[in-house]
Amino acid sequence: MPRVNPKPQERVLPPETYAELDAFIAALHLDREDERRKESLIQVLHKAQHLFGFLPEEVQLHIADAFAINHAEVSGVISFYNYFTTTPKGKYQINVCLGTACYVNGAEKVLQEFEHILGIRSGQVTEDGKFSIESLRCVGACGLAPVVTINDRVYGKVQPGKVQEILEHYLVEASGEEAPVHA
Amino acid sequence: MVNLTIDNRPVTVEDGATILDAARQLNIRIPTLCYLDLHELKMVNKVASCRICSVEVAGRHNLAPACATPVAEGMEVTTNSRRVLFTRRRLLELILSNHPFNCLICAKSTDCELQALAWEFGINTKRYHGEETSFPIDKTSGALKRDPDKCIMCRRCETMCNEVQTVGALTAYGRGFNVIVGPAEMKPFVDSNCTYCGQCVSVCPTAALTGHGYIQETWNAIFDPTKTVVVQVAPAIRATIGEEFGIAPGTPVTGKLVAGLRRLGFDAVFDTTFGADLTIVEEANEIIQRLTTGERLPILTSCCPSWINFIEYQFPNLKYMPSTCKSPQQMTGTIAKTYYAQKIGVKPEDIVVVAVMPCIAKKYEARRPEHETNGVRDVDYSITTRELAKMLKEGGIDLRFMDEEEFDNPLGESTGAGVIFGATGGVLEAALRTVYEKVTGKELTNVDFTAVRGLTDVREAVIDLGGRQLRVAAGSGLGNARKILENVEKGTSQYDVIEIMACPGGCINGGGQPYTRDRLDMIQLRTQALYSIDARSAIRKSHENPSVIKLYEEFLGEPGGHKAHELLHTEY
Ligand code: SF4
Ligand code: SF4
Ligand code: SF4
Ligand code: FES
Repeated sequence: MPRVNPKPQERVLPPETYAELDAFIAALHLDREDERRKESLIQVLHKAQHLFGFLPEEVQLHIADAFAINHAEVSGVISFYNYFTTTPKGKYQINVCLGTACYVNGAEKVLQEFEHILGIRSGQVTEDGKFSIESLRCVGACGLAPVVTINDRVYGKVQPGKVQEILEHYLVEASGEEAPVHA
Repeated sequence: MVNLTIDNRPVTVEDGATILDAARQLNIRIPTLCYLDLHELKMVNKVASCRICSVEVAGRHNLAPACATPVAEGMEVTTNSRRVLFTRRRLLELILSNHPFNCLICAKSTDCELQALAWEFGINTKRYHGEETSFPIDKTSGALKRDPDKCIMCRRCETMCNEVQTVGALTAYGRGFNVIVGPAEMKPFVDSNCTYCGQCVSVCPTAALTGHGYIQETWNAIFDPTKTVVVQVAPAIRATIGEEFGIAPGTPVTGKLVAGLRRLGFDAVFDTTFGADLTIVEEANEIIQRLTTGERLPILTSCCPSWINFIEYQFPNLKYMPSTCKSPQQMTGTIAKTYYAQKIGVKPEDIVVVAVMPCIAKKYEARRPEHETNGVRDVDYSITTRELAKMLKEGGIDLRFMDEEEFDNPLGESTGAGVIFGATGGVLEAALRTVYEKVTGKELTNVDFTAVRGLTDVREAVIDLGGRQLRVAAGSGLGNARKILENVEKGTSQYDVIEIMACPGGCINGGGQPYTRDRLDMIQLRTQALYSIDARSAIRKSHENPSVIKLYEEFLGEPGGHKAHELLHTEY
């Protein structure tokens, strides 16, 4: 059996979730000698992201071992798809575009304002798990620069002064959801 | 066979050949950049990512990459039409648009394949000014240096690391404009499973991957009047450094090299080959012990630090197998700072040991925490053949015009057995010469164990030790090492002693050697140079090295004895 990634990695994610992932992988009947097993890699990564919410290194190593491939290979695949994330994401994912057009229109100030108000840095999640901030390169909406997306919603021509208002909208929405469904 | 024409000249090549192969047969030069053919090492990098080799094929709309396009019957290829030359130039200019223009201060200057192309193409301006990537430089390992801004995404390093060495430390990371090659999660090398074999450095066309340099530290030591600075040179250096001075490959330059080092200002010029002989005496003793008890077999050689890293990361359950002997670099350093220090009456902390090595991993080895004696590093700086060549040039020393001089004693005397450490199979052969005599008590008349020499994947032999059949094997390249270890693990291997060198061909092809690009014939010439030194040596068995014998008498006691163990052995 080819030995890969033997370096021990401390695990903090729940064993039950790993068990669920393992059951999914077991059902695929991967043949560790067969090159074609790698075709299932993306499928397993999808499942893992669905289960854990993100794909940190401990999960990557676990999957690499299941496929008997190197960690580097798994890492490379994850990095190729925007869909996959290696950092935990909040319920509301804030993306600030730092492409050239947005940048020259002050996107960095907007990003700083989000960071300031939420008290986290880009790439982090708020403690309550509600918000996460990421910056991206051009999203292709340069006419609206600077552009911010929150989940599927696009905000154009965002100025630092508007940030508070945008966030408040989501805070209200969030607290609304936590309230009992029917009074 | 396939018939085609290139630039109107007919040529016949084998099925499956590429346009590039066919052109080479006609001595038509098509420039290449990403392509690298090292098929003797089972590596051909054919990702066709750069398109610098573009040619025109009659009847095809698009230009074809010659390196990856198979020939076809009746094909008509044009390699130097206006369209071809114009396209190649534009492609090169696009690559250059996202490449730093700091050649003047680049470690790879004059050895860079991108720079060479720019020169050939007569590039005289930066035509396109696009966005440029900017990634941090990784110097965390103190052995490898990675500068992603200089990466042209040829993927040679990945092919080498993953397919030849089977280490799998590298991957393309990200996509589009921001894609770069590096360890998993773009972590620094220290946090990866890289073994520092440096083979990726050997194939990288630019300075995206280089060795971590210690030239300045070495100069500072030389010019520090309070320090006694000794230098040791590995066996493989004498067979390669001449190349950097235009001396024909395969010419041994031992005496000239010694003279050059002395002129540089080192206080003593020692030979790591002495340490190699010492290693053999200790290791032979260990081999015999393990054979007698039958425990911890097979014994694996431990002179190659990259190989040791490979076992540590990939086969941690076999960590008890390698010989506990330190490598020749570390033994020579230790003896210089103990025995020699005592002899000249200088405190160990006032001695600086500089090691000239063919190797990137030796830089890492010198820094391993366990390699110090009473708080003093055994080896202070490990520099490569390439770095030493630069220092000699800076110091105004041209090896071609040096008279031959002798190493200093007591760490300068060596045998032919120590010299062949630099080629794959050499450590094993040297050990056999000593083990045979120690076990049988008879004199070995023919010391040449040619069966373990050569570039083939794994060489094996059975040696009759007067009744006991000793089964040995030697292999180079970590891919071959993996195969051997897997068999050891499965219990299907029958060997008693195994030598592994991480670099294909051994240290003569180390990651710190003068760049050979695709010229594997140079590796053969270098190998022959070492064996010719051995053949001409008066003493060809390590245990007959008079200085080593004296070292045991005056200082160490018995091989494998208490003091020898304390100073010359380590654990993993
Ligand atoms: S030094 Fe060797 S192991 Fe490390 S990345 Fe390069 S080729 Fe791979
Ligand atoms: S690091 Fe060097 S060898 Fe690797 S892809 Fe980049 S340019 Fe090519
Ligand atoms: S084979 Fe030699 S040059 Fe290569 S890593 Fe090992 S010791 Fe260094
Ligand atoms: S050399 Fe042929 S595509 Fe790069």
